[in-house]
Amino acid sequence: MANLKKVLAGTLGLCMAASMLTACGDSDSSSSSDSKAAAKKGGSGISESKDRVNTAELHGKDSSEESKNTVKIYCWNTEFKSRLDTYYEKGADALPVEKDADGSITSIDGKKIEWVQIENEGNAYQTKLDEALKGQGDSDDKVDMFLMEADYALKYANGDVALSVQDLGLTADDMSEMYQYTKDVATDTATGELKGVSWQATPGLFMYNRNYAKEVLGSDDPATVQEAVKDWDAFTDTAAKMKEKGIFMVSGFDDTYRCFSNNVSAPWVDADGKVTVDPQIKAWVDQTKEYTDAGYNNKTSLWDEAWAAGQKIDGKVFGYFYSTWGIPFCLLPNTLETSVEDGGKEEVGNGGYGLWGAVEGPQAYYWGGTWICGAIDSDNQDIVASIMKVMTCDKDVAKAITEGEQDYTNNKAAIKELIDGGYTNPFLGGQNHLELLTAAADKISLDNKISAYDQGCNEKFQGAMKDYFLGNTSTYEDALQAFKTALTELYPTLTYDF
Amino acid sequence: MKRKSVSYAKWGYIFLIPFFVVYCVFALWPLIQTFYYSFMDYQMDKGSMQGGWTRQVVEVKPEWCGFDNYSNIFSSSGDFFQTIWNTVIMWLIGFIPQILVSLLLAVWFTDLNLKLKAQGFFKTVIYLPNVIMASAIAFLFYNLCSKGGALYDIFGFDMLAENAWSARAVVGFINFVLWYGNTTILLMAAIMGVDPSLYEAAQIDGATSTDIFWKITMPLIRPILSFVLITSLIGGLQMYDVPSLITNDNGNPIVEGKPMLKTIVMIIQTNKDGDIGKAAALSILIFIFTAVVGLTMMLTSEDNDKKKKKKKARG
Repeated sequence: MANLKKVLAGTLGLCMAASMLTACGDSDSSSSSDSKAAAKKGGSGISESKDRVNTAELHGKDSSEESKNTVKIYCWNTEFKSRLDTYYEKGADALPVEKDADGSITSIDGKKIEWVQIENEGNAYQTKLDEALKGQGDSDDKVDMFLMEADYALKYANGDVALSVQDLGLTADDMSEMYQYTKDVATDTATGELKGVSWQATPGLFMYNRNYAKEVLGSDDPATVQEAVKDWDAFTDTAAKMKEKGIFMVSGFDDTYRCFSNNVSAPWVDADGKVTVDPQIKAWVDQTKEYTDAGYNNKTSLWDEAWAAGQKIDGKVFGYFYSTWGIPFCLLPNTLETSVEDGGKEEVGNGGYGLWGAVEGPQAYYWGGTWICGAIDSDNQDIVASIMKVMTCDKDVAKAITEGEQDYTNNKAAIKELIDGGYTNPFLGGQNHLELLTAAADKISLDNKISAYDQGCNEKFQGAMKDYFLGNTSTYEDALQAFKTALTELYPTLTYDF
Repeated sequence: MKRKSVSYAKWGYIFLIPFFVVYCVFALWPLIQTFYYSFMDYQMDKGSMQGGWTRQVVEVKPEWCGFDNYSNIFSSSGDFFQTIWNTVIMWLIGFIPQILVSLLLAVWFTDLNLKLKAQGFFKTVIYLPNVIMASAIAFLFYNLCSKGGALYDIFGFDMLAENAWSARAVVGFINFVLWYGNTTILLMAAIMGVDPSLYEAAQIDGATSTDIFWKITMPLIRPILSFVLITSLIGGLQMYDVPSLITNDNGNPIVEGKPMLKTIVMIIQTNKDGDIGKAAALSILIFIFTAVVGLTMMLTSEDNDKKKKKKKARG
């Protein structure tokens, strides 16, 4: 009996210890079978042919009836969903929709809309999307559409997993009013074909708190403020003045990051898979270290509660670098005293509404943006095409989005009409920020600036540098090694020159 | 004539089949695969789709590389040892108060002289944290510790970001809160299993409650104590959810280039989609480490039992 107990106890112990290995083993097997499946497809002869292949052709296993009646969309937040829910039906060519009580579109042209939302941070969205797209051929439940960000757009544009926009029936004429850079982001570098489109262009501005501008700079006039932040030296001088009054120039470490990272001379990762830290990125590190030590920032991290709290009108932070989506998606809800959910209105008098201003800031940059792609082998390509066409090519829809959401839409003609029509933005105290954005948007160029690894590089670099700014790591070199270690875990195939 | 007794033994085996099938498919086979992959050079490039529909596929094939994965782990400038140290230290910070508090509570709850009222209520309350999701409690503490949170206001600095030891203490504390209820229940069961006549006899002989605790309770619940220790150690070595959630997978604070909250399983989890060979090798290393520690503890506690039995026989 005693022996039996021992054996039992031993077995149990072994099982327990063994169970921890399970998770890893599982994913090993699934990913290897995926790559084998992909190999089968690639070997079928199409790969070597130089002739243009129609990406809209179906390749894989037949999809189920349910999948044929469901438009499955991968996304990481609700931004596009809320745009689609509100503005799709306003399009001239929109298909009939059905909506539920909350105003969400439940179906387009009788096909059910299904959203698969996955957290963007830490590459979680990319990982899940990769799995879904690689398994697309063998699955009878097809992904129809997915959203992507500029930070990793190249991977999907080059990866042969997105439908060419021309195969969906969008013509160059349809897309003539789009900003060139929004097309560059989603263009397959090998074939030059466009794989994704966006309804927004995302030039960035510096949004400032008008009360603090009056208090410190004597005026909240955009021209005065722009003079005070026209380059980084002026920006730093103003920061010192703000400090004297107990106001932080920017909220945290990462606020100025995009200004620098969009003005690099070479991407994070070059064609040979080598990682380099651009002088602009290094300049961000030096500046942020200086600001942190001098107390010019509030030591917050992006999206933190304290970071958001600084956007209240008495939040003790002078300004935030925000691109177009930042106003409707972050600044506006964060600055309201009574939130819309609690019955507050978006009107002057509710918190900081109407008390913010916008200027170009020290450096032109863009930040973020969402691109819509049709997934290869989608079984609802007509719906995908219709969504793309209505949301990104229709001038009236673009105008309506800008008017309703303060978003900057990717349609030059619509924006021009709004400016000519005497557009003013009540949230920004009656300022016409579209003119500023137009000027900034024209300056955006992505030439030799992006790689498919940017999301991981940006996140891990900011993560490693945070401890350098806080003083936990005393030298930049050590922080850089921490970045290298973290990035190696994420992207083991990359090489380094530091 | 007596009927021969019917053997029900085969039903025992038949009812065990589902477990063994599930175990073999979902645990044993992946386990064997993990051993296999730990000897493979198997890296995925997450910046590309490895080919696609119309183009040549760049197939990632695992290649035999012997013990390279293992030697890379050991040679990576002490990072591996740092994570072991982080894991063990955070486990200890949580486990030591956990075992002390649980023992105290277990003794109180089982002490008939105390006549505690509303025991059911307190037992439920004590166990309750264990059913909270680690992600919820980690999120809560993240907000409490970061700027604008209550703990930030009390201590005047961000405990999770600015100091390695305070950050480890927070993780240890969370693990303590999550698990002390579970341990209390186990220890209570152990104490209730002790023959009450021993306690009565001791009391009649004039033993104080301290004497009773050290001379009767402790020796008799030893097997359960070592069970608690071993299971907690196995769980502790696999610590992942709390430090990962609380640091966004970065394991910060990063002190002089070394993440202070990064645990072994956190490395495995970040590697498993990229460097699969390395993730497998790390898994095997914790497997070996756990097995060695677990076996040592089991053997030492067995030795004690044997010695006691001998004593008894002699006496």
